[in-house]
This record gives sequence, C-alpha cells and structure tokens, in this order.
Amino acid sequence: MTDLPLSMDRQSPPLRRSGWTRTWFGTPLNSAITLVCVATLLFLAKEAIGWLFLHATFEGTPETCKAASGACWPFLTAKLRYMLFGFYPYEEQWRPLAALLLFFGGALASMAPSLWGRALLAAWAFVLVPALAVLMAGGVFGLAYVPTTQWGGLPLSFMLAFIGLAIALPLGIGLALSRISAMPAIRMLAIGFIEVVRGVPLISILFMATVMLPLFMPDGVTIGKLLRAQVAIIIFAAAYIAEIVRGGLQDVPKGQAEAGSALGLGYWLVMRKIVLPQAIKKVIPPLVALFIGFFQDTTLVTIIGLVDFLDTVRSAMRDPAWQGIAVLEGYLFAAAVYFVFSALMGAYSRFLERHFRTTQD
Amino acid sequence: MAWINDARYRAVFYQVLAIAAVAALTWSMFATASANLAKQDIATGFGYLSRQAGFVISEAAIDYKPTDSVGRALLVGIANTVKVSLLAALFGTVVGFAVGIGRMSRNPLLQRLMLSYIELLRNVPLLLYLLFWYALIINVLPPVRSALTIGPHVYLSNSGLALPAFSLDGGWVMPLAALVAGLGMAFAVRRVSLRRRLATGRVNAGGWIALAVAVLPLAAVWLAGGLAVTWDIPEAGRFRITGGAQVRPEFVALLFGLALSVSATVAEIVRAGIQAVGKGQWEAASALGLPRRRTMRLVVLPQAMRLMVPPLTNTYLTVFKNSSLAIAIGYPDLVMVSNTVMNQTGQAMETIAIFMAVYLGLSVAISLVMNWYNQRVALKER
Repeated sequence: MTDLPLSMDRQSPPLRRSGWTRTWFGTPLNSAITLVCVATLLFLAKEAIGWLFLHATFEGTPETCKAASGACWPFLTAKLRYMLFGFYPYEEQWRPLAALLLFFGGALASMAPSLWGRALLAAWAFVLVPALAVLMAGGVFGLAYVPTTQWGGLPLSFMLAFIGLAIALPLGIGLALSRISAMPAIRMLAIGFIEVVRGVPLISILFMATVMLPLFMPDGVTIGKLLRAQVAIIIFAAAYIAEIVRGGLQDVPKGQAEAGSALGLGYWLVMRKIVLPQAIKKVIPPLVALFIGFFQDTTLVTIIGLVDFLDTVRSAMRDPAWQGIAVLEGYLFAAAVYFVFSALMGAYSRFLERHFRTTQD
Repeated sequence: MAWINDARYRAVFYQVLAIAAVAALTWSMFATASANLAKQDIATGFGYLSRQAGFVISEAAIDYKPTDSVGRALLVGIANTVKVSLLAALFGTVVGFAVGIGRMSRNPLLQRLMLSYIELLRNVPLLLYLLFWYALIINVLPPVRSALTIGPHVYLSNSGLALPAFSLDGGWVMPLAALVAGLGMAFAVRRVSLRRRLATGRVNAGGWIALAVAVLPLAAVWLAGGLAVTWDIPEAGRFRITGGAQVRPEFVALLFGLALSVSATVAEIVRAGIQAVGKGQWEAASALGLPRRRTMRLVVLPQAMRLMVPPLTNTYLTVFKNSSLAIAIGYPDLVMVSNTVMNQTGQAMETIAIFMAVYLGLSVAISLVMNWYNQRVALKER
C-alpha cells in the first residue's frame, strides 16, 4: 500500500525523550505552557502573600485597616460570631454552636457505609434531630425560647439544606416511581410536576412560596418565612431527586421485577425489597453531588430576606463601622467556608463511587 | 367480589383517586386565594398588562420608556434575560472547551492549574460569585474621573465599561445579506474541497478559497459605498463618560459570573467526553502517524461531541435559569422586572404565572434546538 487514502503532510515521528524533561519540556509548546503556568502561579502567590500577610492588618480598628492596603483580619475576629450565628441572642450562641458540632459529629459518623441501616435512621430521627431542635429553639429544660425569626447564619444554611434533602428524598423516590408507573394518569401528573419544577429557576419557586403561599392559606393560618422557604427547597429538590432516582430505576434489569412478581410478591414488596435497594445504591454518588448543589443553592434565600450565612456575612460588611473596608475579606471568608464544605462532600461522593464500584456484583 | 383484586380495576381506581385529589387541592387553593384577594381588594386578570408601567428600567435590550405598558416592560425583562444568557453560554462554552482540553494535557502543571480553576468555581455558590464580582467592580475599580483606559477609547470604571459604538449609514440590510451570502458560499466551497480531498488524497487550497469567497460579497458592498460606518466614540468627562456604548456594572458582573460558572461545567463535560472515547482511538491515530494535537482535533473531539451534547443541553438550561440571580445585583432581567410589577400592582399570581410560563417555554425551546443538534451529530446507524 503506497498511497494512503487520506494522507497528512508528512511529519517525522515525534522525538521521544524520557523522564521529567519530556513531561515538562517535551515539545516547544509544552515548554511554553510550563513557563506560562509557572509565571502565573508565581504572580498569584506573590499577590496572595502580599495581600494576606505582608500588607495585612492583624490588629486594630477599621481606621488602621483603611490605611493599609492588605487584608483586614480584625474584621473577621470582630464579626465572626455575628457571621456564624446572625441575630441569635448573643449570650445563647453556645447553643447553635453546640448544635452545629453535634450535627457535624452525626454527619461524620453517618458517612461510613458500614453503619448504614435502620439503627442509624432511628438514631437520627429519635435522638439527633430532637436534640438539635431543642438546642436551637429551646423552651424546655430551662433553655430560653428562641423564635425562628432570630435564627441565622451557618446553622440556618445547613438546616435548610439537610432538612430539605431528608424530606425531599422520600418524596423524590415516590415521584420517580410514579413517573415510570404503568398507570397513565399518575405518570402524567408526575411528569407534569417534575418538568414544571425543573423548567423554572429556584428563585421563582421561592417567590411563589413567599408571595403566593400566604394567599392559599385559609384565614388565620400563617406560616413563618423560614418554613415557606423550606417548603420551596423541598419541592425543588424532590423534582431533581426524582430524575436521578428514575435513572437508577431504569438501570435495574427488568428481569429483577419480573422474577419478584413470579415469586408472588406484590408491587410494593417488589419495589421495596428488590428494585429500590439496587436502584438507590447506584444513584447515591450522584445524589451526594446533587446535594452539594442544594447546599450552595440555599444562598438564594437571602434574596427573599432570610438571614442565611451569605446574608449575615453581607450585613457584617454593611455595618457602618466597616462599610466599604472589608468587602474582599467578607466575601473571601464566605467563599472559603462554602468551598471547604462543598469540596469535602465532593471528595466523599468520589469515595462512595469507588466504594460501590468495588463492592458491587 | 373477585373484581376487588383485579389489577385493572385497581389501577383505574387509583388513577381516579389521584386526579380527584389533585383537582380538589387545586380548587381549594384557588378558592381560598380568590377569597383572600377579594378581601385585600386586589384586582385579578391580565388587564394590568396594558396599563402604563411608569417605572424606569436601567438597561433595556429593546426600546423602552416609562410611559410604555407593563406588558412591554415584561418584554424588556425577557429580552434582557435572553441576551445575558446567550452571551454567557457562548463565552462560557469557548472558555470551557479550552479549560477542559487543558485539563487533559500531559503537562501536570497545566492539568492541576485547570483542575483548581474548575474546583474553585464549582465549590462556591454562584450567587456569592455574582455579589463578589459586583462588589469588586463597585469598590475596587476607580471612579469615572480616573477611569482605566484599557484600549483606544475603551474605558473601565466603577460605573461600567464604555466602548466605541458604530452605526451603519446605509442600513443593515445590504451588509448583512452580503455577509450571509459570503458565509453560505464559503460553506459550499469547503464541502466541495473536502469531498475532493477525500477522493484524491491530495491537499488542496479549498480553505483559502473559502476564506476569500466569504469576504468577497462584503468587500463588494464596501467598494460600492454601502458600508459607510459612523463611529460613536465615548468621551471621558469629569463626572461621566458620554457617548459610545455603555455597559453597566450589573451586566458586566452578571455576564462574567455566569460565563465563568458555565465554563467550569463545560470543562468537566469536555473532560468526561474525551475520557469516554476509547484508548484504541488514540493508539490507532498514533499508529497512523498523527501527532497528539491533530488526534485530539480530528479523531477524539468529533467522537466526544456526541457524548457531550445531552449534558451541554442541561448546562445551557441551567445558565438560562441561573440568570434569574440577576435580581440580587440589580440587573433588570425578567424576574426583577416582574418583582417590580408585583410590588406596584400587587397582582402576584398573574405575574408569577407569566414569568414561569416564559421560563418553561424558553426551556422547551432550548431543549428542542439541542435535540435537533443531537440528532445531527448522533451516530448514524444503517
């Protein structure tokens, strides 16, 4: 064969060097890439170190911060408690802190797949959640009552995200089952709900919950703003969870359900004992990834006037004493907090993916 | 009583029950709402759309003045939403492809740098980024009187970006027609040259001819005098910049934030698509003597495109919905204009219904366009 049908202009085979020179400087282009990357990194490092440490103010007042060109650390120390807990009564702020720590402990323990089971679910439902509610709201055991209107900051963000997911998960599974149901009317209702919720932005559902939900309530019934936002987040999350679970359900071979029916099991037993366990296992990693998104999306409640973590950080920056001085500091602090939690959950999602890949079959 | 255990009757019963429950819920909500509205003396119906809006919209993609109707104001919101989403999707896709390919580089430094870019964008809420960019523009950029000059007659200050604008004296029709004709001809030339190259195996000058053909009609129009351009140059004054095209800081922050978030998602999609193409494709191309970059462009990316279309569709739908975060920084998109209308008229139900319907409709439209593209690039099974 002398003539290739599609011949490129002839080129000699690339030179093969070995070791690190090839990795970093294999071709002229590669060398250029390495140099540009190094230059970028050095520039960023110089700017960051200069701003964070060299030109920064570590102690002092807003005035000393204003004079210096670097970061303003006193802002963080002065405003830390407000940013974390919002308007929660100052002397009671150990309670949201304890609730956060308890929650982190529980969440950390629940991360091990070997612990998953009924006992863990019961522990959350009957021990952890009541304890968290008592810590936050009070009113019993000599703890002063704190209404939800005073809740704020990081505990609120976590609460919206986790309660949202905990309630949306069963709803989403139900929606997914309805969506692939053999009954056309139920399927259509589910499809309609899922597609409408997924087709509109979260902010519109939040608006609906804040503006329209009160209109739908009979006389004398009022629901707090926090609850309304929570309902909106649950509705939103359920539709997205339903689509992910549906993917898992469709991945389970049809023969599984048929074998179950052949054994004489009814629809619910087949689903509960055979299909759902396999489907859920498949979709746990994407569900965790989805949850990272929800955690970040809870920031939207600041638009409808709830005092979540992003909102407390912003109002700390708007404090007349610090106005216009600590803009970068505030946002970077908030970004760092969101980054740490999101990145941790992302790492956990990747761990689960590996874990299930090895334990399956 | 055998019929009670018959699956068919049960199915009908459950479905009737479900529909009845939904209908009852909807009816009771509607009844309560209309009773509540009547009590609060709020009008219902869509009559308010033709009333005079009476509020200013700081930035309008289509002509608008406060004396226009409420419906027109909502239309301005829709146009603004579409404008910022389209631009963000466009810029984000271009940057995302570059980052995604850089992420697959064999240079570990570039690979890690791109990874940190993606991680930084994906792990921080978009709303925080939008507020951050906006605060950066307002607080860190200099005021108008000491605006940064970042090019001839391009000024950047904390009240936005000022660019030279141009208008065509002879109208847009002729130049646009020439441009379209040129592009169409170039496309035809390229097809012919590609077919000839596949047949003969010889490289031809098709690319250059196509380029020449593309600009030929436009050049002809220009020579005939149909392309007289008037420039509107921004002038930096003491307190404000006059003339030119002024881009407001809200728009810059929103576009920048949305485009960056799209780019991170697109980069991950590109990476996944490239990784999904079999290793054998790389090896086969390498065995044929193709260098790595050409393998990527001619062998791997075309195959990866197929896998990337469905997730890209989702990304575009997301950016379109995320543009609603504009309300947080004050860019007058559909949600923000609707919010103003709601506050003025009190007719929340109708206004929310309108903007939800618009979002749903446009979402369906985006899905349709992307499905059409998907069918074009999908594997043709014969």
